[in-house]
Amino acid sequence: MSPAHGIQSAAWLLVVLPALSAALLLLLGKRADKWGHLLGALVPVALFIYTVALFFSIKSESGEGRVRDLHLFSWIAVGGFKVDVGFLLDPLSLTFALLITGVGSLIHIYSIGYMAHDEGRRRFFGYLNLFIAAMLLLVLGDNFLSLYVGWEGVGLASYLLIAYYYNRDSAATAAKKAFIANRVGDVGLSIAIMLMFAYLGTTSFQGVFAGVGGLPHGVVTAIALMLLLGACGKSGQFPLQTWLPDAMEGPTPVSALIHAATMVTAGVYLIARSAPIFDLTGAGRTVVTIVGAITLLYGCVCAFGQDDLKKVLAYSTVSQIGYMFLAVGLGKGVYAIGILHLLGHGFFKAALFLSAGSVMHAMNDRIDMRRFGGLVRIMPITYGVFLCGYLAIIGFPLATGYFTKDKIIEAALDKGGTSGWVLGLAALLGAGLTAFYMTRALLMTFHGQRRWEDDVHPHEAPATMTVPMIVLGFLSLVGGFVLTFGGGLQNWLAPVVGKPEEAGVHTISTPVLTALTLVVVAGGAAGAWLVFGRNPVPVTQPAGSFVTVAARRNLYADAFNESVLMRPGQWLVRGLVFFDNKGVDGAVNTVAAGLGGGSGRLRRLQTGFVRSYALSMLAGTAAVLAVLLAVRFS
Amino acid sequence: MSPLTVVAAAGTGTSSFTTPSISYAAIAPILIVLAAACVGVLVEAAVPQAQRFYTQVGVTLLGLVAAFVDVIAIRGHSVVTAGRALAIDSTSLFLQGTILVLAALSVLLMAERSVEFGSSIVAQAAVVVGSPADRRLATSERVQTEVFPLALFAVGGMLIFPAANNLLLMFVALEVLSLPLYLMAGLSRRRRLLSQEAAIKYFLLGAFASAFFLYGIALIYGYANSVNLPDVLAAQSTSGSSDVLLYLGFGMLIVGLLFKAGIAPFHSWTPDVYQGSPTPVTAFMASCTKIAAFGAILRVLYVGFSTSSWNWRPIIWAVAIASIVVGAILGLTQTDLKRILAYSSIAHAGFILIGLLSIDQAGLSSVLFYLASYGLTTVAAFGMVTLVRDANGEATHLSQWSGLARRSPLFAVTFAFLLLAFAGIPLTSGFIGKFVVFRAAYHVAAPLVVIALIGSAVAAFFYLRIVVMMFFAEPAEDGPTVTIPSVFTMLAITVGTAATLVLGVFPQPLLDLADNAAKLRG
Repeated sequence: MSPAHGIQSAAWLLVVLPALSAALLLLLGKRADKWGHLLGALVPVALFIYTVALFFSIKSESGEGRVRDLHLFSWIAVGGFKVDVGFLLDPLSLTFALLITGVGSLIHIYSIGYMAHDEGRRRFFGYLNLFIAAMLLLVLGDNFLSLYVGWEGVGLASYLLIAYYYNRDSAATAAKKAFIANRVGDVGLSIAIMLMFAYLGTTSFQGVFAGVGGLPHGVVTAIALMLLLGACGKSGQFPLQTWLPDAMEGPTPVSALIHAATMVTAGVYLIARSAPIFDLTGAGRTVVTIVGAITLLYGCVCAFGQDDLKKVLAYSTVSQIGYMFLAVGLGKGVYAIGILHLLGHGFFKAALFLSAGSVMHAMNDRIDMRRFGGLVRIMPITYGVFLCGYLAIIGFPLATGYFTKDKIIEAALDKGGTSGWVLGLAALLGAGLTAFYMTRALLMTFHGQRRWEDDVHPHEAPATMTVPMIVLGFLSLVGGFVLTFGGGLQNWLAPVVGKPEEAGVHTISTPVLTALTLVVVAGGAAGAWLVFGRNPVPVTQPAGSFVTVAARRNLYADAFNESVLMRPGQWLVRGLVFFDNKGVDGAVNTVAAGLGGGSGRLRRLQTGFVRSYALSMLAGTAAVLAVLLAVRFS
Repeated sequence: MSPLTVVAAAGTGTSSFTTPSISYAAIAPILIVLAAACVGVLVEAAVPQAQRFYTQVGVTLLGLVAAFVDVIAIRGHSVVTAGRALAIDSTSLFLQGTILVLAALSVLLMAERSVEFGSSIVAQAAVVVGSPADRRLATSERVQTEVFPLALFAVGGMLIFPAANNLLLMFVALEVLSLPLYLMAGLSRRRRLLSQEAAIKYFLLGAFASAFFLYGIALIYGYANSVNLPDVLAAQSTSGSSDVLLYLGFGMLIVGLLFKAGIAPFHSWTPDVYQGSPTPVTAFMASCTKIAAFGAILRVLYVGFSTSSWNWRPIIWAVAIASIVVGAILGLTQTDLKRILAYSSIAHAGFILIGLLSIDQAGLSSVLFYLASYGLTTVAAFGMVTLVRDANGEATHLSQWSGLARRSPLFAVTFAFLLLAFAGIPLTSGFIGKFVVFRAAYHVAAPLVVIALIGSAVAAFFYLRIVVMMFFAEPAEDGPTVTIPSVFTMLAITVGTAATLVLGVFPQPLLDLADNAAKLRG
């Protein structure tokens, strides 16, 4: 790995600048209220410009020269344990850095308008900058330990931002839920790192990937599964998915940036980055694909039971990340397709969320789709952007999803065998369901009768909001084409995740599969139109069928967690509290009382009289001499 | 880790007395300090009273700084000189340098005149306590400036003490350092009676301990026919006389040294003397005396008795445990800040002894690091104690410190930080010190390390109690205030606190220095 040079050696700014800006915004307090949001938005824009320069600098290299290491300092050096902090500048990390700073900049600018009337806008931007710093550390670090630091940092930022409206019970609970679910995943990641250290004595990407081949197969699989657990927690994958929809309690820009475009894709990054580990364990990869397939269907089903527009989008995120997991689980060559879908998803999901935010902004923060309808005339720009995102996500020909999602379906089918068919059909079914629930959301929000109350006066958003939205809408339309043009992204990522293997024979030939996918998607969209487009939407939720009710309750995942994990957990905690009060505290108090009593008694020896002091010294001397002689002559 | 190598100097058992050759370069730091002390005495006689105080401060600081610079200049020296009585090796130079720095910081505290009218040192020591003349002293501008030459003489003794290769010279050094301290303990401006009581107690018990020390020398001479440590070591493998003499002698010798280091069960003077002495003098005793005493202990153990370590280890084990237990347990019920710090120093002395148990370079270097870092923290802590005052002078009762953080947050945060260092919390030098000592000793004395860890957990209680008092208790109605000191005290506190922080975060340079210094020459 060659060292970084020239402009690359300033890459540390990527983490330091937003961290500094976050510190300024949060520490200066009210003094920064007037200009805080401007600084907060300026930083990611500057970082984006720098990252683009960095991109061209790396791009001008060739082959292995595109992987650059920037050593910063030795963090810990204890005995055989050494952690160097450094940045790994390679196509994969730069792709993420571009996504984070690019989409991040747009969403920061959008937030200036969106949060204009919020008193805590400076605090909001401080947290956002903190997130940018942590997220960039996560993707740029050249070892698992600094990745972990960034991983925890984004967790913290996410927690703070979900609970941004901390005086709302629901927001506080959602933040707690996100934090706890993430902890479960984080334990997995930390165990994986400990295993690496225990078996390989290093946590650097280079060292781990070089040594992992020599490990027993069981250990490799254990590391892979623990990494997957971490990835599931952060990315809202089955079985740790329930926190993500609740995380929509945060302000909408947060949902767009953290809980759709960037942070929740960290799990995909982790798996793609650990490609050399997953390449060695077929079992680990299979589990990844199963998790992906289950989650993608789960997200689709739950999404069509929701009336809350942001929740629909949240479940859609869960489902789309399922697609990415499925892709990166397929192994060699398909990693790039997963990353491709991740980028495309970053664009179109951000566009969808920002337009949802714009709707919310217009509707006095109401988000119930049953109270929308007919907004297409009043908010044409928002509608246009939402439509772009809609076309992209359902995979309308030549929009982003068409290039990214359909490739995943194809790759899954190409895996071959029963598992290939199962995964491929699941992905195909998911595409149809996606079209169904997204069409439903589109129709309920923008078409049909006006269903809002009289005190709501919808209006188009200000320019600070619409401009970023338009940019993202445009990217959702053309992003997929641009990224795949001439195999662009796949070739770019090749030094990190390997060259795509050209499948000789497709299970289903590409044109047939494309046609089939389009039919399924069209079927889903038409189905939604039949149900929601033709008939007026009731303002109150109808009773619904068994499936609808289950979908509304996110397939009873929360109920399951509550009865299987939370209640027994609470009983356990109550038992432990009792034990702590009686047993531990009792013991501690007894010891403390004993020590205090002993102290009081011993204290009497300290009489203040020289004669007794001298006596104690004499006794001490006698004891010393006795012991010495006893030892000598024993 | 290689076992400690003791280089035996080529010795000749001469019977007729010849003038020993003296390496003046090697003993120049000692000579500078003693010369400055003599100049100080002349200043007392010659300089008019008005200018005397700052002249003395200048002379003292100049002497200490010059000696320190000289220690730096002769680093790397390793000679046994003055008729094999003095071993100026890297360990003694390290200790001398540390003592000089800490002495300079303590002198800065003594030079403080703005927190207490006049100074914390009495105007005239020899006035009957309680008499009308005595009451006038409290507001007198005069100061018993002899405290400065006394401090310098004591420092002179302390410089010789850890370098003494000859037990008789060690005894002389012991007396040279002790006698001025006895006097200095009695020089407090406030609470004269307590101060004088402390001085008398310290003197009586010190004399008692010195007698043990001297008797020990006599017995050892009876066994080895020499008072030179390398000869004592050599005699243990050649002498035909009974071991009883040797071990009785060693026991008494070590008792005298343990007394100076304030180690239980020879610690009983510590709380009373620390409490009664003027606080700057307490800072001086708690840092410099302790370091000098440990320097002498490690020289006796490592040079004179390194081969018989299996015989003295149990004793060190026992007194280390006693020290930790007494310091930690008795500290729990103390209510006076200075007494708490005294018990804390007893417990810390136990921790340091643990480091001496592993007779190798790692153990020696860990002890050197611990001594330096602990001394710096201690000076800063006592310096801060001098600042909390009410109408009766220093407010050292714990209850008076309640809610101090409300009025003086910076003071409270700094003091809390120093207490955390005493408790051994990471990011302070206290943590690094404990860590290196325990790590060095773990392979020879694992149970002792466990006891020490429990002891430090118990001791953490009384440190944290002060923190809780300062931050979470309601301030008292007529509570004390934190005085803003002059640049002298400010400097001493800043240096001590900054060192505590820096050595906690970047300990490596000092660890390396201590590692290089851990080479004894006998």
